[in-house]
Amino acid sequence: MLHYIARRFALSLVTLFVLSLLIFFLGQVLPGNVGRFLLGPDADQQAVEMLNHQLGLDRPLLVQYGTWIWRFVQGDMGESYVYRTPVVAFVSQALLHSLKLAAVAFLIVVPLGIMGGIIAALKVNRPLDRIISLGGLTATVLPEFVTAILLILIFGIWLRWLPISAAWPDGAGALGQLHYLILPAMPLVLVLFGYIARMARAGMIEALDSDYTRTAVLKGLPWRLVIWRHVLRNGLLPTIAVVATQTGYLVGGLLIVETLFRYQGIGSLIFNAARGRDFPMLEASVMVIGVTYAVATLLADLLYSFLNPRIRMVSSR
Amino acid sequence: MGRSMTEPALCLNHLSVAYRSGGRDRAVLRDISLKIAPGEAYGLVGESGCGKSTVALTVVRYLPRNGKVTGGSVALDGADVMRLGPEALRDLRAKKVSMVYQDPGRALNPSLKVGRQLVEVFEAVGVPPAEREPRALETLKKVRITDPGSVMQRYPHQLSGGMQQRVLIAMALASDPAMLILDEPTTGLDATVQADVLDLITDLRRELGASILFISHNLAVVAQMCDRVGVLYAGMLVEEGRTREILASPRHPYTVALLRCLPRGAQQKDVGRLDTIPGFLPTPGALMSGCPFAERCALADDRCRTEVPELRESGDRLVRCHYPERAADVPRSTPADVAVPKPAGVGAPVLRASNLSKTYGQGGGAIRVVADVSLSLLPGETLGLVGESGSGKTTLARMLLGLVPPDPGGLIELDGKALAASLDRRRDEEVKAMQIIFQNPDSALNRSHTVGHIIGRALRRLGGLRGADLDSRLDTLVAAVRLAPRYLALRPRQLSGGLKQRVAIARSFAGDPRVVVCDEPTSALDVSVQAAILNLLAELQAARAVSYIFISHDLGVVRYLSDRIAVLYLGRIIEIGPSERLFEGPNHPYTEALLSAVPNIEGAQNARIRLSGEIPSAANPPRGCVFQNRCPRKLGAICETSDPPLAEAEPGHLISCHIYEQQFLGAAEIQGQRRRTHDRKAEGV
Repeated sequence: MLHYIARRFALSLVTLFVLSLLIFFLGQVLPGNVGRFLLGPDADQQAVEMLNHQLGLDRPLLVQYGTWIWRFVQGDMGESYVYRTPVVAFVSQALLHSLKLAAVAFLIVVPLGIMGGIIAALKVNRPLDRIISLGGLTATVLPEFVTAILLILIFGIWLRWLPISAAWPDGAGALGQLHYLILPAMPLVLVLFGYIARMARAGMIEALDSDYTRTAVLKGLPWRLVIWRHVLRNGLLPTIAVVATQTGYLVGGLLIVETLFRYQGIGSLIFNAARGRDFPMLEASVMVIGVTYAVATLLADLLYSFLNPRIRMVSSR
Repeated sequence: MGRSMTEPALCLNHLSVAYRSGGRDRAVLRDISLKIAPGEAYGLVGESGCGKSTVALTVVRYLPRNGKVTGGSVALDGADVMRLGPEALRDLRAKKVSMVYQDPGRALNPSLKVGRQLVEVFEAVGVPPAEREPRALETLKKVRITDPGSVMQRYPHQLSGGMQQRVLIAMALASDPAMLILDEPTTGLDATVQADVLDLITDLRRELGASILFISHNLAVVAQMCDRVGVLYAGMLVEEGRTREILASPRHPYTVALLRCLPRGAQQKDVGRLDTIPGFLPTPGALMSGCPFAERCALADDRCRTEVPELRESGDRLVRCHYPERAADVPRSTPADVAVPKPAGVGAPVLRASNLSKTYGQGGGAIRVVADVSLSLLPGETLGLVGESGSGKTTLARMLLGLVPPDPGGLIELDGKALAASLDRRRDEEVKAMQIIFQNPDSALNRSHTVGHIIGRALRRLGGLRGADLDSRLDTLVAAVRLAPRYLALRPRQLSGGLKQRVAIARSFAGDPRVVVCDEPTSALDVSVQAAILNLLAELQAARAVSYIFISHDLGVVRYLSDRIAVLYLGRIIEIGPSERLFEGPNHPYTEALLSAVPNIEGAQNARIRLSGEIPSAANPPRGCVFQNRCPRKLGAICETSDPPLAEAEPGHLISCHIYEQQFLGAAEIQGQRRRTHDRKAEGV
């Protein structure tokens, strides 16, 4: 088991390393000179070169990359070109915001999606199954900006149940923040619900049709126990493994939702950094999402192997 | 036991079942009536698709979602199964009826420990919690599992197939049911494991007095286990009676034909061909205007085609045939006298392998899957490879084909020329010369191409043919494997298993191979289809002087087709010799056990040689002779210290055992002989 964890961990590190290479060198490919961009078209060429020298941009690329990644590993994410202050403060603030939103969405959608999938599987091909499957599919294919606007209209403007901006007033407590986050979380819930429900439904149906479920039923166990002990555990395994990988989307792919709800998350941070050629900010934000994603995947793998004795045993050999 | 006067344990009364598909109900069981007396063992036989398993699932009311009972009733121990409420049904399943299934690995929950799953049975019956675990342990002891305490703590995948099936039998018997349903309980298990499981069921039956419904496609197993047998065809019971009588003198043409398909006793390819059953099983739900077997029956006349025969008493049994008295004279559909000439069996070997070994490294340890195997193959000869799972049969075959490179030191020669170890370094002619036929034609054929395309591509790639040449060769090849030309336009999924295997055979013969490795080519097929494929392989061999390496776990099939047989155990050849010698003996003690494990259709119980324990892991083989820890004829210390060489017990018959080494050679000679044997081994005799 330890060996397995170590191997998964090493793999995550490799993934992050490749990501760091990609984001660093892709940043270099973007057109335009940073110094010129920051100082504007009227600035003196000498000043531009001076700034580039100050920022270390005139050094060889590999040296730049080495310095950046070495500092990053030690927790120093560098200074923003635009604000001239350490990036860390911006990134951690934005990440915290994004994580809060993602957590709210996650806590709503995972139980809901899994429940939906279970119910659909238990009522397979009956009306309830059709409603859940079709409804889930519809919600998934509708883009966030459509559902978000609809939700804002219905719950924020007509019914006035929930605030239409995610920016809670200063000093709001956990419950108060939650109040502001429910509406922004809903489009994400809708996107993921169909996906999770379909996974759960497929896994459950496979488990229900399996030989071991037949064994359990023919033992004379009550149906409730058959489901609880034999079907759920095996049927939901694949779903659990896949759900965790969706955290990447939840943390990183929220630009539209953040914009619509005027929420300062990591999505909008990346967007603004890319527009402003603020490479340290961009690189740090992307890396932070990468780390979040890697951690989530690692946790998902560990959970999966913990629940699945076959993997646990093979890996511990 | 016959029919008892008391109430039957199971009574099917005009039972009909249909599966709904394509918008209509398709009958899979038609008007089946049968009774099983308390304590009686009843066998249900028939080919796949005839409805055997549906009977079992109907009895426990576990039909698939699209299945439903369309008529008749099922009474289990007096209770009308179809009318029970949910609670009563649950109670019936918990206490009165148990089932053991074909695939034990899948019938156990992979993520729960064995003990937990066993304890549940007692929970369902209503045993107080404190007593459940001791009772579970006791049940495991009853099915003769060694170290039941540790088995309880393991997960299913940590047990061998035989152990898993024992656990399931333990579960089935735990509640002391009145009715035990065994659905192909030993299919897929190795020969000695199958024999152990069957012995166990026989012993337990004496103890428990449960009635048994035994479902199997294997007539020999049914002959050994059952008092009475029912033959199922197209969802109808076509013959029923005492097992011995039915198998000795069948009265329904289908039963007659089924029995003729089996290679029996000393029957070999050069003596005569196996009989086959022409045509196909009617599709489920087909309308029946006459006898369901009329289409395939050589005796059928107009009456058979227009009037469905009743299941009538005929002497000591029930037969659903208009002319039961004529069944014994059903003409063969494949003439028996078309003997296939035995290949000359002379000349230089076409294939020779010397000192092949294969070692896999695993977590620091080394697993020697094949150890120092040498063999040779004459043109037109079949070498049978037998051995249980893990004996290295498939790895050996793959090394010969170049799919797995052997350890350094191994040599494979084709026509006297050394072959490269791996396939991509072999020349085109060498690749063409060695082909393989797999067990499962489904996964071996590309599903998205037509049959014509698949065979045509093989002819282009292996035969180097183009244009008109290709077309004419395609026609010849297709005719040679007895495929009707109309199949060329179809895709594999539109074909039956037997037809698919013919396509696979045609493909492997496209480049006029010298050697074809047949890896369990008929294991997935019904006996009638198996017979046709075996006939085909024998004919192709006679016509083209191709050599076969024939891998199978079915000794009857191996015996039919093989000129010589090699027995593998833990990656070593422990015996090799001419087929008839191998079946007559003297044998290696392991071969003796293997031969004694084969049930025979006459139902005569041969003296079983039981082996203790399970095949050791190749990672940790016993010291000395690899078989010594299970050998019933172990001599003593010598077996534990020295690995016996393959010594010649009689001309061409080599056995690796100290018993023969001492018996046949004077003690003084041993040294010299050993050297000679080693030389011969290197030559690959």
